[in-house]
Amino acid sequence: MNALEALLRQALAQGVDDAPLDALPYAAFLGLRLRVSAGEALLVMPFAESLIGSPGRLHGGTVGAMLEIAGALAVGVEQVRLERPMDAIAKPVNVTVDYLREGKMADSFASATVTRLGRRVANVRAEAWQEDRNRLIAVAHMNVMVASRP
Amino acid sequence: MSLTAEQKHKFIERFNALVPHVKALGLRFHGMGDDWAALELPYSEALVGYPDTGVIAGGAIFSLMDSTAGMAVFTRLDSWRAQATMDLRIDYLKPATPGKAVIGRVQCYKITRRVAFVRGIAYHDDPERPIANVTGTFMLEDAS
Repeated sequence: MNALEALLRQALAQGVDDAPLDALPYAAFLGLRLRVSAGEALLVMPFAESLIGSPGRLHGGTVGAMLEIAGALAVGVEQVRLERPMDAIAKPVNVTVDYLREGKMADSFASATVTRLGRRVANVRAEAWQEDRNRLIAVAHMNVMVASRP
Repeated sequence: MSLTAEQKHKFIERFNALVPHVKALGLRFHGMGDDWAALELPYSEALVGYPDTGVIAGGAIFSLMDSTAGMAVFTRLDSWRAQATMDLRIDYLKPATPGKAVIGRVQCYKITRRVAFVRGIAYHDDPERPIANVTGTFMLEDAS
């Protein structure tokens, strides 16, 4: 079992409060943390100066990246839930991000839903928000190649 | 009066030196023309998204392309205007090669008073063998 699968299994079984994603260097670069409570998995991107893209705003790419990683992890969560084998983090083939509001200099959150988990491809939607979950800052949809052991 | 190409080039270099996330990624000016801009993303282990292979994360390329697109829109403007990404789609065509820099090259192929349309690719050495393809739409804010 790889480190990521172990983290997801433990998080789903016991819940986890903002665990760093050290198994994924780029996720650590963004400062992403995994939060699982009441069976729901969230990604948290605490505000950091290094995420700024223009005065007073997050770089749009950081929000897009968070949504993409949330989507890939959601596939892993679904594989673990369904007791399907998981070999590595799933690979997005494409990602489309709609930006709804500017990302302020505040903590950001993302969650993703697997619309359909096939054997090879998953269809995933993801959304991001800051202070108010009802005021989304960005949404994404993506097709993700499912990585599974043969 | 419109900025010259040289003034735009200098502006892009100065702008990028001031933007924290652009600095964190290490993005560098790579080239520009009348309707396009290119930035370079150096390889870094901090950007790895697939630890088994050392391939950088799609998100790092997504950020490269978002920044490059913004610069491409600027090449079409008379002077700097703030802009916001409305939507950006990326297709990951093949994994980036570990250890190699990625070039993002984006064209702003249509601009209206309010909206700019972009398309572009990410590649290592040969634009005919792209790593990723992007299309997107940017909203232009009023000239200040």
